[in-house]
Amino acid sequence: MAIKSVTERKSRFAGVLDGTLNWVDDRFPLTSNIKAHLTEYYAPKNFNFWYFFGSLAMLVLVIQIVTGIFLTMHYKPDASPLDGILGNPSVAFASVEYIMRDVPWGYIIRYMHSTGASMFFVVIYLHMFRGIIYGSYRNPRELIWLFGMGIFLALMGEAFFGYLLPWGQMSYWGAQVITSLFGTVPLIGPDLMEWLRGDYLVGDATLNRFFAFHVIALPLVLLGLVAAHLIALHEVGSNNPDGVEIKKTKDEKTGIPLDGIPFHPYYTVKDMVGVVVFLIVFSAIIFFAPEVGGYFLEANNFIPANPLVTPAHIAPTWYFTPYYSILRAVPPIGVSQFPGVVAMGLSVVIFAFLPWLDKGAVKSIRYRGTLYKKWLLAFVVSFLVLGYLGTVPADIFGQFGAWLGKADIATVIARIFTVVYFAFFLLMPWYTKRDKSLPVPERVTG
Amino acid sequence: MKIKNIMKKSLLALVLFPCLLFTQFAIANEGAHLDRAPIDASNQDSLQRGARTFINNCLNCHSASFMRYSRLQEIGLTEKQIKDNLLFAGEKVGDTMKVSMNKNEAKVWLGVAPPDLSVEVRARGADWVYTYMRSFYRDDTRPSGWNNVVYDKVAMPHVLFELQGEQTFNHETHELTLSKPGMLSTEEYDTLIGDLTNYMAFMAEPGKQQRNHLGWFVLLFLGVLLVLTYKLKKAYWKDIH
Amino acid sequence: MSDHHSDKYQTGSQSEPDALVDLEKRKFLITTSAVGALGCAAAAVPFVVSMTPSERAKAAGAPVEVDISKVAPGEMMVAEYRGQPVWIIHRTKEMLEKLENHDAQLKDPKSDVPQQQDYCKDNGRAIKAEYGVMLGTCTHLGCSPNSRFEVTSDWDGGFVCPCHGSKFDLAGRVFEGSPAPTNLVVPKYHYLTETTLLIGIDPEGKA
Repeated sequence: MAIKSVTERKSRFAGVLDGTLNWVDDRFPLTSNIKAHLTEYYAPKNFNFWYFFGSLAMLVLVIQIVTGIFLTMHYKPDASPLDGILGNPSVAFASVEYIMRDVPWGYIIRYMHSTGASMFFVVIYLHMFRGIIYGSYRNPRELIWLFGMGIFLALMGEAFFGYLLPWGQMSYWGAQVITSLFGTVPLIGPDLMEWLRGDYLVGDATLNRFFAFHVIALPLVLLGLVAAHLIALHEVGSNNPDGVEIKKTKDEKTGIPLDGIPFHPYYTVKDMVGVVVFLIVFSAIIFFAPEVGGYFLEANNFIPANPLVTPAHIAPTWYFTPYYSILRAVPPIGVSQFPGVVAMGLSVVIFAFLPWLDKGAVKSIRYRGTLYKKWLLAFVVSFLVLGYLGTVPADIFGQFGAWLGKADIATVIARIFTVVYFAFFLLMPWYTKRDKSLPVPERVTG
Repeated sequence: MKIKNIMKKSLLALVLFPCLLFTQFAIANEGAHLDRAPIDASNQDSLQRGARTFINNCLNCHSASFMRYSRLQEIGLTEKQIKDNLLFAGEKVGDTMKVSMNKNEAKVWLGVAPPDLSVEVRARGADWVYTYMRSFYRDDTRPSGWNNVVYDKVAMPHVLFELQGEQTFNHETHELTLSKPGMLSTEEYDTLIGDLTNYMAFMAEPGKQQRNHLGWFVLLFLGVLLVLTYKLKKAYWKDIH
Repeated sequence: MSDHHSDKYQTGSQSEPDALVDLEKRKFLITTSAVGALGCAAAAVPFVVSMTPSERAKAAGAPVEVDISKVAPGEMMVAEYRGQPVWIIHRTKEMLEKLENHDAQLKDPKSDVPQQQDYCKDNGRAIKAEYGVMLGTCTHLGCSPNSRFEVTSDWDGGFVCPCHGSKFDLAGRVFEGSPAPTNLVVPKYHYLTETTLLIGIDPEGKA
């Protein structure tokens, strides 16, 4: 019978597949890993759109690595002038334009990488915000949060080192300013700065080592941390918008959480929708506005680096500006800028302490009282305002009158919001304990 | 619910904030008033005229060392036209727009080496280039005898003064007046500079039109894929309650 | 749990009636996979194509004009095309006569292996017999053979590769006993004038 023979052939094929799989499984835990991380990893069924950003961060990481590999095939980390003629743009700058013009499809690959850099931070900031509002950093997920913070720091380093590579004016002066920050460290500062630069100022040596950090050192760190982040996550299980531990209510027979669904296929197909939406935004930027009004690619970076002329207004790329604002807002002690540098460093690192600062009775914002929500809102506003102020010159709003010592209005605003920024963290043990939370349901609410 | 309201508000802030940034950026960027450059990437006649003006005038001192002559085929010139009309002796169509002037000598004459103009429009904007080229005025306090409204104490002399004529600048009213007419009328000169700027905008990113064109196909494809992935998700999730 | 049912639906295992196979899932799974795979393939194109020669490489590899008026009879010049040496040998009458004499010692005396265009099969593998044009790159392992034009009793003049001793005659044909498998490559070229060659483009204007 024809039908039966088809079935037979099918089962023979399936038999070969099974045999191969068994052979592999005897030597490598393939099936058990697929089960542990995909088909039998039970995620809460009530994820909302905030839960897209984790997988999207993964996607952007892949985009950055792939485009980065192909850019490395054409880019040259060399600060010497083109053709050896003094006054020409550097070889590095020229190699970027070479990618943009002469390499077939090079411009797409470069725009993917430059857009990817900014989109990485968009996605990561939203991912972190998700963690904050739903209390995903809290017991038992402190280590996930700490690995995540490590990823965040590595990413900042990656962005900073990468930004020097085009060797334009913003690249050059950005690196000059940031490495100078290390010069403010008491006692060892000047030596430290010189050691970082490998020269008396940012130069060819700096470019080459930044290239090494950007293309090999930090990506390795990043990948290791991402693996640790995911392993830790799959050990304790995902949080959810209700902040309810789904492992508390399991099916008595199977031991599967009643509110859990297998990550694959349910969240793989759902995340695909998020991926396509992201790709639509990503492509719209690449194909129609890769500069994004000077925020993703700054106009001044189309001017080759010139160590003799600083551009009129320099600011870091948008994702660093909140911290940069804090740096500018903190007044020096005597002649030392070190307090500002320390404040800037703290403003980043302080996120790592959230698991221990939060004393709230509940995890999710859904069941928190108004006190916490007000503080969170104040923090979000101060983060955004500081972010904005970091992109503009300090005198943009003019000065106060003599009664306030003619201080820059923008600087005073930045100081106020710097205080709010830190108060959100430092006062957290107090206001989260005092907060009147709502009762948390036993099961997730969908 | 109140929680939802706050979430919505903070979301709204997240969305609106970039818009706020852009308007601020536009304001912060405004130094001298800039005229709007008549950029039209589809106007090949304008681009070709601009290319000719650029190669005959600018290229004497400035290089455009990332721009290959062969890419002028994208604005409708044939290889033979490029070879016969635009190349200097000994140059090949595949060559980049190099300059014969020695950069070190230029630095001695002008104080600075003339910058490479390949990506000038991306660095300063088309409006800036368009306004700059029309804002030279006589200033005998400057070594070159020229100054510029949008670039004070500029080292570059007014190379096209025979065409534009001479302008004077009233420092009180901030107005430029044509004191000595040149070979072209004001409208003709503006068109000339408009074409030049149009060409320089093309040169700053020759692949831009192709990129924009391709973008629509990519978005269309992703639109289809979005519908499909959404339907797939719905099909899988219909039994999750 | 509902998802356990769905697992059965998906696999549609053979013991189940066909009605239990979820056709909607299957339909969208197949179309989405197909369209997604198409998208991935399209996205791979820029990356693959970016590794082909760039505009700069193409400009550097553009056809080259060579002035051959200064090559004295019996001598040769070396031009550069795509980074490779191109020999232009001004062959005298005696040299051309000698080319006829050693066919028996050659691997491919009639130039049957397509190491040249059809218009260069005769005339000592050249358009005009007095000017031999060939890539000076040994077909064995890519070294550049040295010229040895002095004629001796057992040598009619030609080239010897310094790396593994392959021997070629003045038409670039390889002698038996050489490690090189084939004759030297004759590039596309044609005459722009009596004394100017354009290397890289054949007489029909094809690159």
